[in-house]
Amino acid sequence: MDALDLARWQFGVTTVYHFLFVPLTIGLGIFVAGLQTAWHRTGKEQYLTLTKFFGKLFLINFAMGVVTGIVQEFQFGMNWSEYSVFVGDVFGAPLAMEALLAFFMESTFLGLWIFGWDRLPKRAHLACIWAAAVGSNVSAYFILAANAWMKHPVGYEVVDGRARMTDLWAVLTNPTALAQVPHVIGAAFIVAGGFVLAVCGYWMLRTRRTGDGGMWRGAARAALVMTALAGVLVAATGDTSAKLMYEQQPMKLASAEGLERDTAAAPFSLVPGVEIPAVLSFLATNDPGATVQGTEDLQRRFERQFGPGDYRPDQTIVFWSFRVMIVFGLSTVGLSVLGLWLTRRRRPFPAWLSRALLLSLPLPLVAVTAGWLLSEIGRQPWTVAGELLTASSVSPGVSLAEVATSLTLFTLLYGALAVAETVLLTRHVRKGAAERAPLPAAERREPSLMY
Amino acid sequence: MIELWFAVIAFLWTGYFVLEGFDFGVGMLAPLVSRNAAEQRAGLETIGPVWDGNEVWLITAVGAMFAAFPAWYAGLFSTFYLPVVLVLAGLIVRGVGLEWRGKVTNPLWCDLGIVVGSAIPAFLWGAIFASLLFGGVAPALLGGAFTLAVCALHGAVFLALRTTGPVRRRARTVALAAGAVTIPVAVFALSSLGTAPALAAMAALAAATALIWRRREGWAFTATAGAIVLTTLAVFMELRVRPLPGLTLAEAASGPYTLTMLTWIGLITLPFILVYQGWTYWVFRKRIKVPA
Repeated sequence: MDALDLARWQFGVTTVYHFLFVPLTIGLGIFVAGLQTAWHRTGKEQYLTLTKFFGKLFLINFAMGVVTGIVQEFQFGMNWSEYSVFVGDVFGAPLAMEALLAFFMESTFLGLWIFGWDRLPKRAHLACIWAAAVGSNVSAYFILAANAWMKHPVGYEVVDGRARMTDLWAVLTNPTALAQVPHVIGAAFIVAGGFVLAVCGYWMLRTRRTGDGGMWRGAARAALVMTALAGVLVAATGDTSAKLMYEQQPMKLASAEGLERDTAAAPFSLVPGVEIPAVLSFLATNDPGATVQGTEDLQRRFERQFGPGDYRPDQTIVFWSFRVMIVFGLSTVGLSVLGLWLTRRRRPFPAWLSRALLLSLPLPLVAVTAGWLLSEIGRQPWTVAGELLTASSVSPGVSLAEVATSLTLFTLLYGALAVAETVLLTRHVRKGAAERAPLPAAERREPSLMY
Repeated sequence: MIELWFAVIAFLWTGYFVLEGFDFGVGMLAPLVSRNAAEQRAGLETIGPVWDGNEVWLITAVGAMFAAFPAWYAGLFSTFYLPVVLVLAGLIVRGVGLEWRGKVTNPLWCDLGIVVGSAIPAFLWGAIFASLLFGGVAPALLGGAFTLAVCALHGAVFLALRTTGPVRRRARTVALAAGAVTIPVAVFALSSLGTAPALAAMAALAAATALIWRRREGWAFTATAGAIVLTTLAVFMELRVRPLPGLTLAEAASGPYTLTMLTWIGLITLPFILVYQGWTYWVFRKRIKVPA
């Protein structure tokens, strides 16, 4: 174990943890804005109740996304100073744009929304939640553009050992980013849809005998539509990403498939030993006969190009995370499509379906985590593909003891907060949309969403 | 262009310290100026709608450093590794404390997180910048004590400005006490800088204390904000040639293309940000009524 290994662990742990909350922020923000819009349009009290109920859950989660996100922005400089110096000219710009164009909007308008229930005109208040939710989605675009540049650097030249940006537009329209942005945002909507479905499933089970689950049924139907649509988007952009991977990141593709040698009409491996002929070639190129490069042959070519070294990422993690991502993600989407079919034209939710919907909370969270492992471990041993190795990116002046200290602190803190967040969310879900009776405006001086 | 971006980053840090400075102060002092749960809540509500937006000034300052001066960004945060870790830990517990305290049955843990998570960064930012300028432990402790005291004063004045009744009265008393502590600390801390803005900052802190004595809360707040602006200005004037020991500004900077692009983006976005953040303060301009 040296400082490099621990720094990698720390980045992995803090990033995966951060991304448990981010997708919920991205998707649930829009969902809550949609609920409030429905209330605004129809005036039906149940939409207001749902807005406040899911709004509260959204805020509990939002706090975690924000505070774990701050760590991310400092961590490049703290642990990866060599990386930061090399990429800052290019990589820093989208980060600065993210703060200027997204974070200010998100945080300011969310503050206005939380505290503005009685102080803003209804329409302005509704606009605030939309501005905040759009801000979250815009932030995803910029950070993913920065991330895509690490896998497929464009719009730059290397001068004196540092990347210099030559074309901001190229960085922002990197094809890798354009495929990745809808893929990740779509996945975020699946996570958020799954979350809403699990909550509604729980409440439909609880209200089954009393028969007042109509409100939950409506919310669940909306979430089913959202999840299914997002599923189509994620599948389509996943296909685009695979084709780009064939061109731009052949080592990742080969590792994800366990393909060792350059192979014509390459088969798609379901699990080790079970293969469907020519499907990988077809998925990667639309041509079932095309040759897909294999890890061992790529290794030989990379050694010739970049010098001695191991250019293969961890084969086990990359192979299995790819499968976990697809299976867990698709089963959530499948569940939502099935749910839409079974409850078509006012058919009730069968109890077993409501129970199954509880799974739609953990399934997509596992899928997005696996997706990031595939994406970022599959990029190894590079931080910037073909330009900078992870081993050369770490801060030279930060000692093993320092990283061990911070990793321990973050792990303990994050662990405690995970427990607190789970307890808090569970308690509020259980409590339900209790403040059902709308108070007259005069008594609503202290809105339920306030501190 | 390099000078311009140095000025932009100084501006962003200034905005951060002015705005988050009173958030930290309010966070630290809320339990001190309240005698019951409703008062405590009212105290924190003064920053409720704005603290998260204020914190984005930090995110922007750091993001802009990364983009415009990568070597400065990387050198600063890897050099002050453990203090920065503690700042982040502080910001984490403070953030969740503020967001969660209204949603838990017993907000004790949240309140503890808010106090500790406000005090730690308030102290450490001063320690980090003082250590950057002068090196060594003693200046760091003095710098930390200075920013901690100034945030307390700034926050107490803000509380007095934004509340009514007993909370407002206690906030004024706390502000006077904070002023009495801040002025001698400021004399030591700022005289080591010795420049005109540093001396003016000292005068502004004295003026703030006098103004809060005379119950001129708005002017007192202007004075504490002015003191923070002047102090930040004094610090960044010192950093102008060498933002880090052994690193010149020109060496740290990104290329002209990137700086030009950043300038356009900043010119387009900053006016909007200032307008809508300003609007937030306008919407929530009324004093928070403390229930009797």
